[in-house]
Amino acid sequence: MNPKDPSRDQLRPVRNESGIEIAPLYTAEDVARTGGTAMVGLPGEYPFTRGIHPLMYRRQPWTMRQYTGFGKSSETNKRFHYLIANGQTGLNVAFDLPTQCGYDSDDPMAEGEVGRVGMAVDTLRDFETAFAGIDLDKVTVSITINGAAAILIAMYLAMAEKRGYDLKMLRGTAQNDILKEFIGRGTWIYPVEPSIRLVGDTIEYCAKHAPKYSPVSVCGYHIRESGADPAQEIAYAFCIAKAYADDVLRRGLPIDEFAGRLSFNFNIFGNLFEQVAKFRAARGLWAKIMKEQYGATRPGSMWMRMLAGGGGSGLTFEQPEVNIVRGAYYALISALSGAQTMALCCYDEGYTIPSEYAQRLSLRTMQVLIEEMGLCDTVDPLAGSFYVETLTNQMRSRMEEHMAEVDAGGGIVKQIADGTIQARVSAQAYEMQRAIESGKFRKVGVNCYRTEEASPDVEFHPYDEAGAREQIESLNKVRAERDSVRVLAALTRVRDDARSGVNVMPAIMDAVKAYASVGEITRELVGVFGHLREPVRF
Amino acid sequence: MNDKTRRIRVVLAKPGLDGHDQGAKVVARALMDAGMEVKYTGLRQTPESVTRIALEEAADVIALSSMAGSHLPFCRKLKPLLEREGLGEKLWIIGGNLPAGDHEVLRALGFKGVFPTCTRLDDIVNFIRANVS
Repeated sequence: MNPKDPSRDQLRPVRNESGIEIAPLYTAEDVARTGGTAMVGLPGEYPFTRGIHPLMYRRQPWTMRQYTGFGKSSETNKRFHYLIANGQTGLNVAFDLPTQCGYDSDDPMAEGEVGRVGMAVDTLRDFETAFAGIDLDKVTVSITINGAAAILIAMYLAMAEKRGYDLKMLRGTAQNDILKEFIGRGTWIYPVEPSIRLVGDTIEYCAKHAPKYSPVSVCGYHIRESGADPAQEIAYAFCIAKAYADDVLRRGLPIDEFAGRLSFNFNIFGNLFEQVAKFRAARGLWAKIMKEQYGATRPGSMWMRMLAGGGGSGLTFEQPEVNIVRGAYYALISALSGAQTMALCCYDEGYTIPSEYAQRLSLRTMQVLIEEMGLCDTVDPLAGSFYVETLTNQMRSRMEEHMAEVDAGGGIVKQIADGTIQARVSAQAYEMQRAIESGKFRKVGVNCYRTEEASPDVEFHPYDEAGAREQIESLNKVRAERDSVRVLAALTRVRDDARSGVNVMPAIMDAVKAYASVGEITRELVGVFGHLREPVRF
Repeated sequence: MNDKTRRIRVVLAKPGLDGHDQGAKVVARALMDAGMEVKYTGLRQTPESVTRIALEEAADVIALSSMAGSHLPFCRKLKPLLEREGLGEKLWIIGGNLPAGDHEVLRALGFKGVFPTCTRLDDIVNFIRANVS
């Protein structure tokens, strides 16, 4: 088609979710008009648009890290071994809601929730059980924990140390992104300011004691799930990452001492080209921010290392088996986007905790890409496409606009604390829901191609009430066996250090090593920091 | 205000520790767009706090949004509290990630409206209009 073809003007306008109008044809002129190729460069070189490493998957495929965890740590341990036996190369641990919100399994707030949506953790003993028989050098562990992150990071480090690993060499990741929890996901505990301080404490502590551990994985993922468009997803995540970096810089740590261990967790669903352009644009933008705004000099400080996973919001309750197909496209997008780590929501997740079968299918989806589809043969294969390069330039501009808007509105911390961001993404989620229900935004099996034919049954993950009781019994056993004088002294130090403003991580390390529980340590911190009062705004 | 022109008052609560509030907020907006008054409670509500807020707000409708699977134990605790406070005749509804096998149990507990994932917003609006006495 000739780009000058007059019939082109009669076409229905197409916009992607980020609001960028898509032309029926792209040429070199479009690339030049939107900023040219100055930001493209080479993989492994600033600005890293094409990838953070020179050889990317040719050297090593992405890490496969399915989100897993339920019931007692012993049951989760079994599933971990199952996944590793099936070729999974990393772990991504799901915790139950009491653990995530800082309650012990015997707390009244935990009733009916113990082990339900993730693994129950009360003390270091649960971590010892969960990772038994797993080589922490070969399989890196990511813990999806936020409000209670300081405690669970301490547990992970303490567990590894106890098993003889050198913390200076230990790898792994904690999600530990509390600001996004205020936007979506909701496992906050303390008010905003002390929550940021705790994130800063963990970054500072790890920079000094576990320098290869990634203490934070800043999540655009859940912001997108809450209603943000793809450009906002990146923009808000970058604003949040900057807020953590600013907190650590205020402590006097130079940017190059810690920026290399900041990582990201992003979402994939929707338009393939928009997603790929999003990630390429984001890599260049993050490198530019780190270099120009923060004066980073080490290349590693400028790397946007990311987990890019298939998002739950793209999957449907209707015709769930079609989610297997969606998952395959999401994995393809992730591979085309140069992700370091991949995870896919399983096809049955709209219904239940994924079965072994569903988890295995997700793993096989990624393995087919690695082994059969040639995704690891060459770096950034979509580079140089007029469309992809134009869209990458445009997406980067959109992200910069959204970041400037947040700054003009008083900054991300203020806009999250007062509920501005939450109100914005929630309004967009509502518009999207209306657009899906009206058929304006097409969703296969939901508003088109519906069928009366039954889908194959989804196997439900049963809730184990007996297991919840056993978890409480084992907590009581630990309480009876531990040195209570040592626990009390450690908890007192947690409170004192939280109050005095010194880094609270050494005290938390002592407390977890003494087998103080998540709930006990959290209570000390709440005693100093208080609880969040959630801003509810529409 | 005349009872007939009084707007329908909905208390929409997030029970327990579940933090998935996107759906609750979407439903809240839909009900407000339909002319109802909505008090959205925010996260981490207990059966006691839901009951208290429903009383304080003089709710016509007590709505729960549950995505993390603990709806049955929560609703079993909530039912006697609502009844004790004279809220047994109000319209109780629940939406979210609710396995089909639980729908009858929830109805038997007194939740007249059960709205699983993929319910249309207008169906919730219409159900409330048809069932608020």
